Amino acid sequence: MTAADVAKVARLARLDVTAEELERMTVQLDGMLEHFADIDALDLHTVEPMTQPYPLVNVLRPDVVQPCLDREEVLAAAPSAEDGRFRVPPIIGLDL
Amino acid sequence: MGIAETVAQVKSGAVKADFLFEQKLALIASRYTEIHAFNHVMADEARAAAVAVDEAVARGDDPGPLAGVTVALKDNMCTRGVPTTCSSKILEGWRPPYDGTVVSTLKTSGAIAIGKTNLDEFAMGSSTENSAFGPTRNPLDTNRVPGGSSGGSAASVAAGFSDVALGSDTGGSIRQPAALCGVVGVKPTYGYVSRYGLVAFASSLDQIGPFTTSVADAALMLDVIGGHDPLDSTSIPQAHPSLVDVLGQGVEGLRIGRITDLPEGADPDVQERLEVAFDALRAQGATIVDVQVPAFTFGLTAYYLIAPAEASSNLARYDGVRYGLRVEAADTNAMYGATREAGFGDEVKRRIMLGTYALSAGYYDAYYGKALKVRRLIHDDFDRAYQQADVLLTPTSPSVAFEIGSKGDNPLAMYLCDTYTIPTNLAGHPGMSVPYGTGAHGLPVGVQVLAGTLQEPTMFRVAASLERSLA
Repeated sequence: MTAADVAKVARLARLDVTAEELERMTVQLDGMLEHFADIDALDLHTVEPMTQPYPLVNVLRPDVVQPCLDREEVLAAAPSAEDGRFRVPPIIGLDL
Repeated sequence: MGIAETVAQVKSGAVKADFLFEQKLALIASRYTEIHAFNHVMADEARAAAVAVDEAVARGDDPGPLAGVTVALKDNMCTRGVPTTCSSKILEGWRPPYDGTVVSTLKTSGAIAIGKTNLDEFAMGSSTENSAFGPTRNPLDTNRVPGGSSGGSAASVAAGFSDVALGSDTGGSIRQPAALCGVVGVKPTYGYVSRYGLVAFASSLDQIGPFTTSVADAALMLDVIGGHDPLDSTSIPQAHPSLVDVLGQGVEGLRIGRITDLPEGADPDVQERLEVAFDALRAQGATIVDVQVPAFTFGLTAYYLIAPAEASSNLARYDGVRYGLRVEAADTNAMYGATREAGFGDEVKRRIMLGTYALSAGYYDAYYGKALKVRRLIHDDFDRAYQQADVLLTPTSPSVAFEIGSKGDNPLAMYLCDTYTIPTNLAGHPGMSVPYGTGAHGLPVGVQVLAGTLQEPTMFRVAASLERSLA
């Protein structure tokens, strides 16, 4: 794993990591991936992936209105709110 | 005194819940900064709850199955109007607008929620050193860690700050600190206890369970908090048989499995206590059988790809919009990056990065996809082992409690603390740690009892028998 890989991942994860963090994480993540290579020896071609332990699928409930969280209480916990909504900085003009 | 006895005394009016609570509060105050088990003590709410229990008793009403029992809650469980931080700066000051299901269940059961306990930030760690608010110390030796990530909950029970506590276990975060603090800790089957209101770390692995000073207390706690919850779509849609009822059944005729290809690394003192445990169960009429779980050894790798991958997705919600910290910036994207950089600690960032990488285009198959297949191998190997044995016995932690700071800056050294606990989470099975005597420096050693899906009754029979063998 190179510093450029780590920088790309940080951007994908929306983390403005510092140069010092980038350097340290590159060493640490590279070391981990080296350790994780132990599974490369396994023949997994015929093995089905397992995403969850308990076989529940499509858990639905009747489409009936239920009590829900109080809007004022939820908005009161937000960093910024206005007119019953969350307020955020401008979203156009992004430098992606 | 067990909690069943406490409940009986409170219900009869022989002891006031308020009196028991004030005793606990005084004890917490006497060692508050020394141990740092709590991020927040709910003194006012707890006092009101205790008084309400006493009033119910005075009126002749049933105050509930946990009347007067003091409970400490890991600070990743939502408590309405009470700070819930996950020991992270990104949630500092946040007061949830709702109670998690376990919290509301405890309240209606007459339990007294006494405070929110410290943890490794977002439950990522094995020592409770990764808290943004400073480490928790082991009450048995304050130079040492209590284990983690539910270290505050384990310390609370070990120090007697609360009768019991709740934690969450994603890769060992209940069982390992229970072992290091000399208390009982249970991770039930995935889906046994509702996770509604538990802040998500790795959703296919997380499970809530109790810390207690006895196996009987743990059984009673699970009998109350277990069961289906429509608010958690991963909750198993059936009632669970009482665990309290099976405690006296013994182990006569049960097959106890010894995993012959278990990864090495357990210290000799830990290994010795495990052998004593096998002998004790044999003496009580169980048969010891050798089994193999070849994929056990690959658990660590599978876990450290799957759990960070799920975490990277779950923790995307901390973006400075709906709750918690916001660092202002010119546009939303800059705000996200600055907020998350400022709000998350080192270990959380490391795992978000690892998980993002394992899921990213070009690496998904090589890392995350492969880890899911290894997870299947582990699950199937356990299934084969459980055809030969009713439960498996292993060490909980490779060592007794280690000194604060001793794992240094090497994340892998810390990850290895969970070698014996992680595979259970991947399989979705129950596991529990039972304190079983002492090892090096006179510190407690835990023995881990593992069982197949929903085999809690058998697991508890074995745990209760182990406990009796020490008496």
